[in-house]
Amino acid sequence: MDLFEYQARDLFAKHDVPVLAGEVIDTPEAAREITERLGGKSVVKAQVKVGGRGKAGGVKLAATPDEAVARATDILGMDIKGHTVHKVMIAETAPEIVEEYYVSFLLDRANRTFLSIASVEGGVEIEEVAATRPDAVAKTPIDPIDGVDEAKAREIVAAAKFPAEVADKVANVLVRLWDTFIKEDALLVEVNPLAKVASGEVLALDGKVSLDDNAEFRHPEFEELHDKAAANPLEAAAKAKGLNYVKLDGEVGIIGNGAGLVMSTLDVVAYAGENHKGVKPANFLDIGGGASAEVMANGLEIILGDPDVKSVFVNVFGGITACDAVANGIVQALELLESKGEEVTKPLVVRLDGNNAELGRTILDDRNHPLVQRVDTMDGAADKAAELAAAAK
Amino acid sequence: MAIFLTKESKVIVQGMTGSEGQKHTRRMLASGTNIVGGVNPRKAGQTVDFDGNEVPVFGTVAEAIEKTGADVSVIFVPEKFTKDAVVEAIDAEIPLAVVITEGIAVHDTAYFWAYAGKKGGKTRIVGPNCPGLITPGQSNAGIIPADITKPGRIGLVSKSGTLTYQMMYELRDIGFSTCVGIGGDPIIGTTHIDALKAFQDDPDTDLIVMIGEIGGDAEERAAAFIKENVTKPVVGYVAGFTAPEGKTMGHAGAIVSGSSGTAQAKKEALEAAGVKVGKTPTETAKLAREILAG
Repeated sequence: MDLFEYQARDLFAKHDVPVLAGEVIDTPEAAREITERLGGKSVVKAQVKVGGRGKAGGVKLAATPDEAVARATDILGMDIKGHTVHKVMIAETAPEIVEEYYVSFLLDRANRTFLSIASVEGGVEIEEVAATRPDAVAKTPIDPIDGVDEAKAREIVAAAKFPAEVADKVANVLVRLWDTFIKEDALLVEVNPLAKVASGEVLALDGKVSLDDNAEFRHPEFEELHDKAAANPLEAAAKAKGLNYVKLDGEVGIIGNGAGLVMSTLDVVAYAGENHKGVKPANFLDIGGGASAEVMANGLEIILGDPDVKSVFVNVFGGITACDAVANGIVQALELLESKGEEVTKPLVVRLDGNNAELGRTILDDRNHPLVQRVDTMDGAADKAAELAAAAK
Repeated sequence: MAIFLTKESKVIVQGMTGSEGQKHTRRMLASGTNIVGGVNPRKAGQTVDFDGNEVPVFGTVAEAIEKTGADVSVIFVPEKFTKDAVVEAIDAEIPLAVVITEGIAVHDTAYFWAYAGKKGGKTRIVGPNCPGLITPGQSNAGIIPADITKPGRIGLVSKSGTLTYQMMYELRDIGFSTCVGIGGDPIIGTTHIDALKAFQDDPDTDLIVMIGEIGGDAEERAAAFIKENVTKPVVGYVAGFTAPEGKTMGHAGAIVSGSSGTAQAKKEALEAAGVKVGKTPTETAKLAREILAG
């Protein structure tokens, strides 16, 4: 889960990484009172999870409280690279910046460990610095057991060649930033720029944090950090039912079991679609291992509720999942929807293999629902589902 | 022969007394696995009856090894306690720890992976978030259904559980030496490369099928390894061509970040290493058949 800048700022503050004061608002008028409290001037910063917002006009200086309201009015609702601005942060204006640095900790997947990246050339995208001046970027592996103590922080400071006069302060920031990384179960904590200001202080002026969704079991507070405004309503409804669902932009609704098989199903449907008016998968939905009839029914309800969906492909290989439960789930879901008075008109193509497949197929055949077709192979079923979606397009 | 797991393997189950642990211990026993014990400090000294099989429960992994000579542990404990369970298995120097649990925080996996390294790498870790491994006809350590296929001469390594089952099903008439589900998390213990190396050295494996998916660069690394080190034929499949950038597709590790981790890049890397890559699981199976038929 990627956080907004203001959420990252809050986490930095919680772990004593030096930051400027700032508050987040979603109505322009609120900018006035905050700016007054900040001494009459402020910076109005668009809160979007995409880089380059400054260039896009999403960060503006306000010299008076009135101006802060005006700038907030301009920026709220703005579109930045396809992201609508729903919130702005009214931040304390930075003291005069002397130098801009970069520091981060992140998960290093390839080496199965953690990594520190540091540079004295901050303020721009670090990928850009790494590409043009690789010597200016210091990468230091961090042992997940030993972590970052003062000695390790000094090693990073030396590797990145920070000037002597800020060495102590940057090392201190690094220890606190590591604390944020570990205690918040982050995948990335990045400060850019880490600024040296005229007073000699070092401040985190902007930052990015990404948290590990799998760590939510020990971080109930993660729930509040989710960006509910941005969530697709179907994704939100699926999440509420505990389903693993991602909305895509095609016409063939997909339900399967196991992340790999579902990803594969999307691909196979997209290939089949090449012969059928270019139809594509409408979603990713993994009902998981050992899925019950109820889970199947919940999934089907979400998919059938998607107006973009023209046909549905249920692709199940029963490992632990029993295919008879899947078949019962399909039958129950259709009956449930029909009993609610909803007209089910979208055709379903079902492919069942593996655990209790024969029983599952028999259940569907006996029920003989006019909208349900059974196809024996995954590729054949994908083709049929694409064909039906194309016909309804 | 097979790799990592044979009929000689003596298997214990950490978390055997929990509901998932019980269910799958019963299934593993039914498929002929030599389960010699379970571990649960609160139920040490008891036994659990699995359809007439009395399996003893030990207080610690170390005790279980001492009393039974166990050399494989299958771990089903909930995500909150998985790190401690794996660390315990590493401390007891069990040669193989298979971590089935899904939803482990990546900081925990990073920790126990580093810990295993510090302890001298005596414990091979498979997983987490994986279905485990099966050597058909010999032993089954995890949750892979034993009745899909039979012993044979294909080696299979896969990030995905259900695609493992699908591929076993597609090639069920030919059969498999060992099928290894390595898991779809950002950090895993045993990698494609580890399994490829073992299959290359296994006299009972004639052909290797490797299944990858979006995220990270494990497939690209595997491709480089194959080019240099694998002389047996390798057939590949990669899932996730249609996955959008920046969205996690079910597995915590299955995410395209910017331009990295795409299925297309993985397919190209594998093909450049001489691996035949199928467009669908069925087509991949067909490629394997063609090679085996000569």
